[in-house]
Amino acid sequence: MSEDKKNNRRDFIFTASYALGAVGVGAVAWPLIDQMNPDASVKALASTEVDISGVERGQSITVLWRGKPVFIRRRTDEEITKAKEVDLNELKHPEKDEDRAKDPEWLVMLGVCTHLGCVPLGDKGEYGGWFCPCHGSHYDTSGRIRKGPAPTNMEVPKYEFVNSNTIKIG
Amino acid sequence: MSDHEYTPKSKLGKWFNDRLPLLTLSNHLQEYPTPKNLNYWWTFGGILTFCLIAQIVTGVILAMHYVASADLAFGSVEHIMRDVNYGWLMRYVHANGASMFFLAVYIHIFRALYYGSYKSPREVIWIIGMIIYFLMMATAFMGYVLPWGQMSFWGATVITNLFSAIPFVGESITNWLWGGYAVGNPTLTRFYSLHYLLPFLIFGLVILHIWALHIPGNNNPIGIEIKKPSKDTVPFHPYIVIKDLFALLIFLIVFAFFVFYSPNILGHADNYIEANPLVTPSHIVPEWYLLPFYAILRSIPDKLFGVIAMFAAIFVLVILPWLDTSKVRSAIFRPLYKQFYWFLVADVLILGYVGAMPAEGLYLLVARIATAYYFLHFLFILPVLGAKEKTLDVPLSLTEPVLGGLSNESIVKKKKEI
Repeated sequence: MSEDKKNNRRDFIFTASYALGAVGVGAVAWPLIDQMNPDASVKALASTEVDISGVERGQSITVLWRGKPVFIRRRTDEEITKAKEVDLNELKHPEKDEDRAKDPEWLVMLGVCTHLGCVPLGDKGEYGGWFCPCHGSHYDTSGRIRKGPAPTNMEVPKYEFVNSNTIKIG
Repeated sequence: MSDHEYTPKSKLGKWFNDRLPLLTLSNHLQEYPTPKNLNYWWTFGGILTFCLIAQIVTGVILAMHYVASADLAFGSVEHIMRDVNYGWLMRYVHANGASMFFLAVYIHIFRALYYGSYKSPREVIWIIGMIIYFLMMATAFMGYVLPWGQMSFWGATVITNLFSAIPFVGESITNWLWGGYAVGNPTLTRFYSLHYLLPFLIFGLVILHIWALHIPGNNNPIGIEIKKPSKDTVPFHPYIVIKDLFALLIFLIVFAFFVFYSPNILGHADNYIEANPLVTPSHIVPEWYLLPFYAILRSIPDKLFGVIAMFAAIFVLVILPWLDTSKVRSAIFRPLYKQFYWFLVADVLILGYVGAMPAEGLYLLVARIATAYYFLHFLFILPVLGAKEKTLDVPLSLTEPVLGGLSNESIVKKKKEI
């Protein structure tokens, strides 16, 4: 065998060993990293059913879903009109109110400020919706961001009306 | 290292030292030639070592009584305070010890800034120090979460949400950090594990920090390289050891004042309310030592850029040895830098103050100006000063101005290079 061929063979063996080594390190590292992701028991709490029969118009309740507060608000006509009248061009994160509330009377959304995760206070702020005390984000009656550092509207989770008295979140 | 070879006196010592040269190391630490003009600002390295050991000792003890569980943590801290023998003392020393640790580290850092201790050939000491500082902040933050009070919970929520600013993968990263969809029990237990681990990493880095220091030796208030050993140096033991111990005693008086007379003044009353994921306290503030960075975060009206600015504020410190291009180390011989140094000190104090205030109106304006000035200092003023500043003449050695018997004018050497 010539010197050149020998060298090529060496190079190939080195490259192949390093590549296999890298795959091995990755395979060992992944379980060490993935163990920190939400576990089976956390994921198992994926949905929750809420009884909304006692909620009057203009009232809201807060329930815990997957460790996060969910606001369920039964809006007044005035709030609904206010939410619908808004010109979408004015919004930082344009979303129609119809797309956020399946039944305009019921607004269901995560009560988590999209800035840094605080819980906004209800019936507060310059737009008659919510106000986050942490860093001053104002949300309107549809939970859309209007003013302040939060980048997006409050998130609407997956939910459905099981019957007229029950909402299933998740 | 001292030049001469060290040989233990006893036979056993020699036998052992030939196999593991621990005695050579301890001899080096005793004889280590130290500039004789070190002032009291140089005693904070020793004070910081004490703080780290005190935190580890009280922390290990607290871990014997604390329960890391979202349901039991808050109660177990009260159990430590009320039932455990001297539990109140251990917890107050640990909690105030964190503040004392940061107080000392800020003095230590600002001493290095004043006397140019980060400059060549001490860049690696400085960078290791900055890594230690960063780990200290991470450790302190996670420790503050463990009592599971309202500030613990919401502080953890706000800080971990910083990572959600990362485009595309932000949400996956925060869920990974939390082990769920919000801060909860999995978050608490992993923070506990890491809070126990990181101090030992810091301890290892402290050893590297000191090792790196002992290669070029200490900087000194005059900021010139000195011959070691020489008339300009004294052995570390007993001269510096005694001075460090005296300074530590004074520091401990301040420490004890906080622990025994106002143990809660540096904390926040809201943290004596158990964590409630449904209610955010009306005014969230981090611990005082993180406030300047918090002010920088809030001064930027964009979520992602706010987070970037906050981490950049730490990063400019890491690359400081290359931003400050002046050949003269000590601010004593840099008339302009000396003034800008104090502007920076004032700027950081202002940032700390507005960080504790609501982010609105005048406070927000001041925070923005102070943030801009912070970056201006490091990224513009320092490089420009390095090129433009007319520095004073530096003496050739520490001894010469004193023992040379010359008049003040003539002792100052006309030498630009140090």
